[in-house]
Amino acid sequence: MLDDFMTRAMLAGVGVAFAAAPLGCFVVWRRMAYFGDATAHAAILGIALALALEVSIFAGAMVVALIMALTVTFLTGRGYAMDTILGVLAHSALAFGLVAVSFLSGIRIDLMAYLFGDILAVSKSDLIVIWGGATLVVALILWRWSALLMSTLNEELAYASGLHPKREQLVLTISLAITVAVAIKVVGVLLIAAMLIIPAAAARGLARTPEAMAGIAGAIGAVSAVAGLQGAYVLDTPAGPSIVCVAAILFAGLNLVGWRSKNAM
Amino acid sequence: MNLIDVKNLHVAYGANTVLRHVDLHLEQGEIVTIVGPNGSGKTSLLRAIIGATKPVSGDIHLKPGLKIGYVPQRLHIDPTLPITVERFMRLTGGVSKAACRTALETAGVPDLLKRQMTKLSGGQFQRVMLARALINQPDVLLLDEATQGLDQPGSAAFYQQIAQVRQETGCAVLMISHELHVVMSASDRVVCLNGHVCCEGAPAIVASAPEYRALFGTGTGGALALYRHDHDHDHTHSHEAAE
Repeated sequence: MLDDFMTRAMLAGVGVAFAAAPLGCFVVWRRMAYFGDATAHAAILGIALALALEVSIFAGAMVVALIMALTVTFLTGRGYAMDTILGVLAHSALAFGLVAVSFLSGIRIDLMAYLFGDILAVSKSDLIVIWGGATLVVALILWRWSALLMSTLNEELAYASGLHPKREQLVLTISLAITVAVAIKVVGVLLIAAMLIIPAAAARGLARTPEAMAGIAGAIGAVSAVAGLQGAYVLDTPAGPSIVCVAAILFAGLNLVGWRSKNAM
Repeated sequence: MNLIDVKNLHVAYGANTVLRHVDLHLEQGEIVTIVGPNGSGKTSLLRAIIGATKPVSGDIHLKPGLKIGYVPQRLHIDPTLPITVERFMRLTGGVSKAACRTALETAGVPDLLKRQMTKLSGGQFQRVMLARALINQPDVLLLDEATQGLDQPGSAAFYQQIAQVRQETGCAVLMISHELHVVMSASDRVVCLNGHVCCEGAPAIVASAPEYRALFGTGTGGALALYRHDHDHDHTHSHEAAE
């Protein structure tokens, strides 16, 4: 069954959707959308370094994404606004990454494959990495779920309950780096943030509790992955962007339905 | 033994010292109110007590096993975060639905369990926060301007509820308030803070202290003094930026 490239692609897409759903909810709730973007952009630099050092691309992307996320976390609250720091770091990392790639003369790499993903080329070992990473992220977030929610609601409240919001933030930062690294092959650097944010945002109107929102976001992400791949197959369109297009259409559709039912009342 | 003992506390953000030489204690069952102008370090003091701000120096001693119920200053929940009152109250583990109901009743807002937090009115929201703080039978309630955004009858009712909770459960209360008229009637002790402790004691004593009058005017603690105090006091801070 895994010998069929479409099956592998769908499994990869669904795996990323599952990791992205709960994480994406926190990204939306904490207004960290741009943070996901910055981490993903940094991953290009990681890929270039990984190719130069001949280590696994997954490891390179993850390490640089993690360094990026930690740097941002460290720098915020030290003089610059969050979005300024992210703007500086994200685009510098992307630029340095692109320049670094050009120095790799001996190796021909298809940059487009990393910018937009190449989900149809996912191998069996890629699947293991994606599902391993996704399981790790979901397990991390489930383990810290209540503490993360409390820290997201209010820092003081979390402290008074004996929690350490800064440590919980670190859990999100690490999860984000892992998700970016496993998702690069599937949707690429430029569209990772979309997989985090769009399903979570689309799920908002349907959910009454945080848990429900994460669950529905997972379902919307999985449906987008499967439908997007099928659409790409039928219409001969690029796979990664097609997945994001389906998610965006679901977002618009659900919002329209929500808006109409609100006005009907 | 005191529930909370703060000795010679210094708190600074970078080069900016907000609290110096602050001593404070809270005994079993008493209601202590911290008053002071904006930027006087009231919130920093509470943050230091709950461990959210690391002091530069000084001692903060909490009675071992002390249970704190914290009611923050107007908490903002992002509208993208769906959460019912029940889910919110049960975030800290080991809380039963029945305990939620009881706490909501004690706080004066029964029947809110299934409502969305973001859809509550200001008064309902603060009472849910109070209910959440009460749910684990705390030894101390910490309130950081918990009535901000409530109208006068609303906040008077809120403080009445606090006094009643203290009577029923015997918990101590440490609160920050801007509302001097309420402070004067509801507190056992008032601490007047402006970077340091200007004066403290029973409400009547504090109200007649010269340091207090320098901060809040010579009125009887009425509503007007509340708005005058920022401008007739020249310690070390400047007001240019605010004007």
